Amino acid sequence: MTEPVLETRGLSKAFGALKATEDVSVALHPGEIHAIIGPNGAGKSTLIAQICGALVPDAGQVRLMGRDVTRLPVPARARAGLARTFQISQLAMEDTVLQNALLGALGASGRPWRFLRPALGDQSLRERAEAALERVGLAAQAATRTAELSHGQRRQLEVAVALTLAPRAFVMDEPMAGLGAEGSARLTRLLDGLRAEAPILLVEHDMDAVFALADRVSVLVYGRVIASGSVDEIRRDPAVREAYLGDSA
Amino acid sequence: MSRETLVNLTMLAGLVLVPLWALWADEPFTITLATRAVILALAAAGLNIALGIGGLVSLGHAVFFGIGGYAMGVLAYHAQTYTPLMEAPVLIEGTKSMPVIWLVALVASALAAFVIGLLSLRTSGVYFIMITLAFGQMLFFFTISWARYGGEDGISIYLRNGFPGLNTLVPIQFYALCLTLLVLTLALTAALMRSPFGLALNAARQVPERVRAVGLDPFRLRLAAFTLSGAITGLAGALFADLNRFVSPSMFSWQLSGEFIVFIIIGGTARLFGPVVGAVLFVALEHWLGGISAYWHIWFGLLLLGIVLFGKGGVIGMIAGRARTHD
Amino acid sequence: MTLILLVEQVLNGLQFGIMLFLLAAGLTLIFGVMGLINLAHGSLYMIGAFCAAAAAAATGSFLLGLVAALAGAAAAGALIELLVIRRLYARDHLDQVLATFALILIFSEGTRWVFGSFPLYLDVPEALAGPVTLPGGIQYPLYRLTLIGAGLSVAAGLFWLIARTRIGVQIRAGENDREMIAALGVDIDRLYTFVFALGAALAGLAGALVGAIQSVQVGMGEPVLILAFVTIVIGGIGSIKGALVGAVLVGLTDTLGALFLPALFELVMAPAAATQTGAALASMAIYILMAGVLIWRPTGLYGARA
Repeated sequence: MTEPVLETRGLSKAFGALKATEDVSVALHPGEIHAIIGPNGAGKSTLIAQICGALVPDAGQVRLMGRDVTRLPVPARARAGLARTFQISQLAMEDTVLQNALLGALGASGRPWRFLRPALGDQSLRERAEAALERVGLAAQAATRTAELSHGQRRQLEVAVALTLAPRAFVMDEPMAGLGAEGSARLTRLLDGLRAEAPILLVEHDMDAVFALADRVSVLVYGRVIASGSVDEIRRDPAVREAYLGDSA
Repeated sequence: MSRETLVNLTMLAGLVLVPLWALWADEPFTITLATRAVILALAAAGLNIALGIGGLVSLGHAVFFGIGGYAMGVLAYHAQTYTPLMEAPVLIEGTKSMPVIWLVALVASALAAFVIGLLSLRTSGVYFIMITLAFGQMLFFFTISWARYGGEDGISIYLRNGFPGLNTLVPIQFYALCLTLLVLTLALTAALMRSPFGLALNAARQVPERVRAVGLDPFRLRLAAFTLSGAITGLAGALFADLNRFVSPSMFSWQLSGEFIVFIIIGGTARLFGPVVGAVLFVALEHWLGGISAYWHIWFGLLLLGIVLFGKGGVIGMIAGRARTHD
Repeated sequence: MTLILLVEQVLNGLQFGIMLFLLAAGLTLIFGVMGLINLAHGSLYMIGAFCAAAAAAATGSFLLGLVAALAGAAAAGALIELLVIRRLYARDHLDQVLATFALILIFSEGTRWVFGSFPLYLDVPEALAGPVTLPGGIQYPLYRLTLIGAGLSVAAGLFWLIARTRIGVQIRAGENDREMIAALGVDIDRLYTFVFALGAALAGLAGALVGAIQSVQVGMGEPVLILAFVTIVIGGIGSIKGALVGAVLVGLTDTLGALFLPALFELVMAPAAATQTGAALASMAIYILMAGVLIWRPTGLYGARA
């Protein structure tokens, strides 16, 4: 098997007596979508926070491209090639759609210390931002104030900002949150095409999307990975059915 | 042309024409009043970079104003008493040259802003407000006990400092100098708002998490903005001291810090000309209301309360409507 | 330096700190429960002092002056809460700063209008005038000692109110979860007005008590307000215990800094230069303390982790 792009090894984090994640090891390989599912409170958010650098684990490692990034702060991890999307859209609502995408391109360029020339006049930034908007289908809304976008469009913009980073790996925190069937299907198609560029670690509640997209699924319950395997294996796993999916699944 | 641009141009035209009229009508006091307004506008324009774009509610910007003032006071004091500022390890003498004084004021207040920013930007919200206020008070008490430079009494400078090629003693010439610096600062601010740095800083105010997630550090962006902001307010302090030919600890007073914020809000937050409109209005009201009632602060306080509670967007907001996104 | 001087200065620092606590406790409660930063808290301190001075002058009774201070400040607090402050809870801190800054202007000029620019004097009551002899033969003003005692009793009362009473439960609930207290059927508007008036009364009391050892004048509230801010930045915003610890730290640092720093510099400098440098540094000592705490613990000694 190829070297994983993103990997956690024995990640543990406790808040007092509560073990939010316990010995979590997951790997993300090139070209795949690896879904993490689990009931509310299973520790998915804590796991993402540790992977992206917002929380320092008590024990264990986070490795990106074979390099230990466990101690790197959030911005450094982003510069190392990790792009994330947020469960609740984190977008500059006062700014235009293009400006939000430009922010991503600016982060990727690593050159924010320019004070005089307009950001919009920088062709390389602009092309990068516009390409990302084109990719998610928001090119027509480039000049719109972000606050005026629909919820579904905001979810698409979240993905576009991550795309501008041209990352080595995506970490997506419930990208389908709050979307209807149509929006969900649209975003599913988009993510399906993205895995060729960089693999996606996908935390998601929408089971249709997970089963449609995932190459591998890991199930997180009470902070532990109780099962990991292909979609079919997970569907058949009796422990998963009992702990999470219920008999209806 | 948007209505905001129209308001800005009208304001600018007024700042050029009114003093020219005063010159023609031989009303030197109006020119002094206008100079005061322009310098206060410059101080608030400095703050606007931190507060308007960066969302940093600094209630201690008078620190930088005061440091700029003392940069002028100390240098000019040594020049007028023919005593060196420092003899060892290198000889440093005083000066009466405005460009040199400005440079010192800029550098000194930038340094102070950097250090204060380094400490206070670790916090946010009310902590930040209280801490900047406290550092302001610290410098206030320091200058009071700084007996070498007059302590509570401050320093008087007998003659206004000079600028090559100009006679700064002529009010309109000094005014032109101040207005030029204000216009340059506004041009810089306008460029900044659209620049990559401005984009990132503006985003760090709205969604710091996102800014981190794209690989930028909001703390550094804010520190840079705060430093630049302090430097400009410091420059204004040097000019203010030259206008009055006097510096004292009162330049550090917390009321002044509050007034800088008030100028920005009266004019309109994050508007390029917000500080200008606010400062001009303040100086005009101070002159006009102050002439009617010795207790004009009551009426000003009520007016301010009304604007905060009911008039979103300040004067420019009321005239020109919602802020445009910069593109 | 004698031991007597040291004890005296420690007591002075304690007295200053305890008075600071009365102010800081109200500020931190108001922030903790309502999320409001109130710059006009110093005005309430001033109003308390003026009410006390006016009532004491009219009746000749210091005690009635204190009652007037409590009542006047609480009434002023309740009034501005109803008219202005409650419109600010949902606003950002910038609006709160500006509106309460406007209130300072109105209160300060209003007081000047009514009482004039000259300071008023509030006399220490006769029964408490003069020194008292402490164990070890140290003479100390009885009034200042009483201030320490009175302040500590108020602090104890406040801790009791918050820990043991029904209103205390509501206050604590309000600090944690605003929606929860609404769900409990508490009248939030009334609770907020009460908390604000309580904070105002404490500030007014401090103003009256301190007014007897300093002069009562317009603008007396703001320097001490800023020190109260330093206090709660050190103690941690929202924590009454932090306010008490912070206040005593600030009080002691201020008086002991003024005592020791010049002496300390005399070890390495000529006396005249040492006095100057020492005094300059002493004037900044509490702010340096604040900076130190910030580096070590950005949210204060007892503050919640941000």
